Amino acid sequence: MIQYLQNNSDTVLAALRQHLYLALVPVLLGFVIALPVGYLGVRFPWLYHPLVNVCGVLYSIPSLALFVFLPVVLGTKILSPLNIIVALTIYTVALLARTVADGLRSVDKLVNEAATAMGYRRTRRLIDVELPVALPVILAGLRVATVANISLVSVGALIGIGGLGQLFTRGFQLFYLEPIIVGIVLSVLLAAVADLIIVLIQRAVTPWARA
Amino acid sequence: MITFEDVVKIYPGGGTAVDHLSMELPTGKMTVLVGPSGCGKTTSLRMINRMVEPTSGRVLIDGQDVSGQDEALLRRGIGYVIQHAGLFPHRTVLDNVATVPMLLGKTRREARTASLELLERVGLPTEFAKRYPAQLSGGQQQRVGVARALAADPPVMLMDEPFSAVDPVVRAQLHTEFLRLQQDLGKTIAMVTHDIDEAIKLGDYVAILRQGGVLAQFGTPQELLDAPADEFVASFVGRDRGLRSLSFDSAADVPVVPPASSADLILEGGRPIAWRTASGDRAIAGTFTKADSLRIVTDLAISSPVGIAVRVDDNGVCDGIVRHHDLVDYLMERRAS
Repeated sequence: MIQYLQNNSDTVLAALRQHLYLALVPVLLGFVIALPVGYLGVRFPWLYHPLVNVCGVLYSIPSLALFVFLPVVLGTKILSPLNIIVALTIYTVALLARTVADGLRSVDKLVNEAATAMGYRRTRRLIDVELPVALPVILAGLRVATVANISLVSVGALIGIGGLGQLFTRGFQLFYLEPIIVGIVLSVLLAAVADLIIVLIQRAVTPWARA
Repeated sequence: MITFEDVVKIYPGGGTAVDHLSMELPTGKMTVLVGPSGCGKTTSLRMINRMVEPTSGRVLIDGQDVSGQDEALLRRGIGYVIQHAGLFPHRTVLDNVATVPMLLGKTRREARTASLELLERVGLPTEFAKRYPAQLSGGQQQRVGVARALAADPPVMLMDEPFSAVDPVVRAQLHTEFLRLQQDLGKTIAMVTHDIDEAIKLGDYVAILRQGGVLAQFGTPQELLDAPADEFVASFVGRDRGLRSLSFDSAADVPVVPPASSADLILEGGRPIAWRTASGDRAIAGTFTKADSLRIVTDLAISSPVGIAVRVDDNGVCDGIVRHHDLVDYLMERRAS
């Protein structure tokens, strides 16, 4: 195993780097898109249920099917990392838009009412009161989305770009156990570290939630 | 002064919440809106800061129609306290209080300094400043709610059932503190409650509303108790209104006789100690001074084993006693005049 790592450190590191990139860029993009989309589901209450349904349908599309289908829609090459990024961004939005909506809906009505009565306008109330109060729920959703993305990237290996997933495909093709084990361990480690980082951020920015 | 001019509120769907309401809430006084649920008291309150818009009619503050003013700016100039306080859970106590000063463009430092003083004013030790609302009891949260409403020193304050979510002991304590605070500050306050006792205790004026948002009577607490406008008001203020009205009358003019005229009263150095009764000596439960109300005197006379209320001066020395039949005569004469 050590021997394998020594001989292939460049390959493994490149795979790890690609894995991180393919998993985290969609998390960021998805988060940025999900915030306004989720807010719409709260601002216009009739939009909430359609939003939840569309998110549910999107999330249920098998990832491999999406990876193969997207080049047709986007006009990208089948090996373009863009396919993976777009696909995982769609999943992230599907997960987080609902979380953002649920988080904002979880804000106590009295708190919103008090904010309005103090003289907050709508936008500032959203930024100063609603989003911070919804943050524990939103960050919980972000943890799920991040871990899900890290595991989904590996599926991309079946179409030729999948970070650590490529270690699995290579191992299977060569009947060679080491890369498979390294791939699995690193994926799990990556997910655990990413999760831990979000938990630490959550503790730092929402000290009141533990009060 | 807050003026309601023929205000009507009809909700879509047809329910009339407020029906041709006209009244004036005097400057520097506390007016309590009270009535059963569905009487439109909260709706009326919320029309003052435009949380609800009237269907017709006008609401004015110091002669200025509120509907012509920017909602957010108007509200920053009006303190607002609600049931359960409605504090921001993600902000410390201090930053909750600093909310409106910050909205008004004060620096964080200025806002916090002013807020710290206010916390002390509402009876919260400064070490509470850094806590979060979830770490406070209901009564403490309500105090923070009051401090937050006062932070920008608004001339007008609205209070929606501010004391109804705390237990009776804490509520009585908050009442006393709030009355003292209002004596210093002299804000123009509109408060909503469903509790007539609270209304009578706190209000300089009380507006009783009936179902459907009709004003049944507007007056001082004593006017409502002494001369209820109709059956509804009479039953709403309660069957003991005669006795309760006495709490607004001074005991200063009650006719007393010298303490020596009673053989039942045991004095020691002029101070009342005990009653001499057939079953032995009984300690005196209470005394009154000229500053007390007739209700206290009546209560003392009724509860004394010999039917006598004892008056003391500022030094606790007995300077007169009232027998219960003399008290009743006095009350009858007062009523007749």
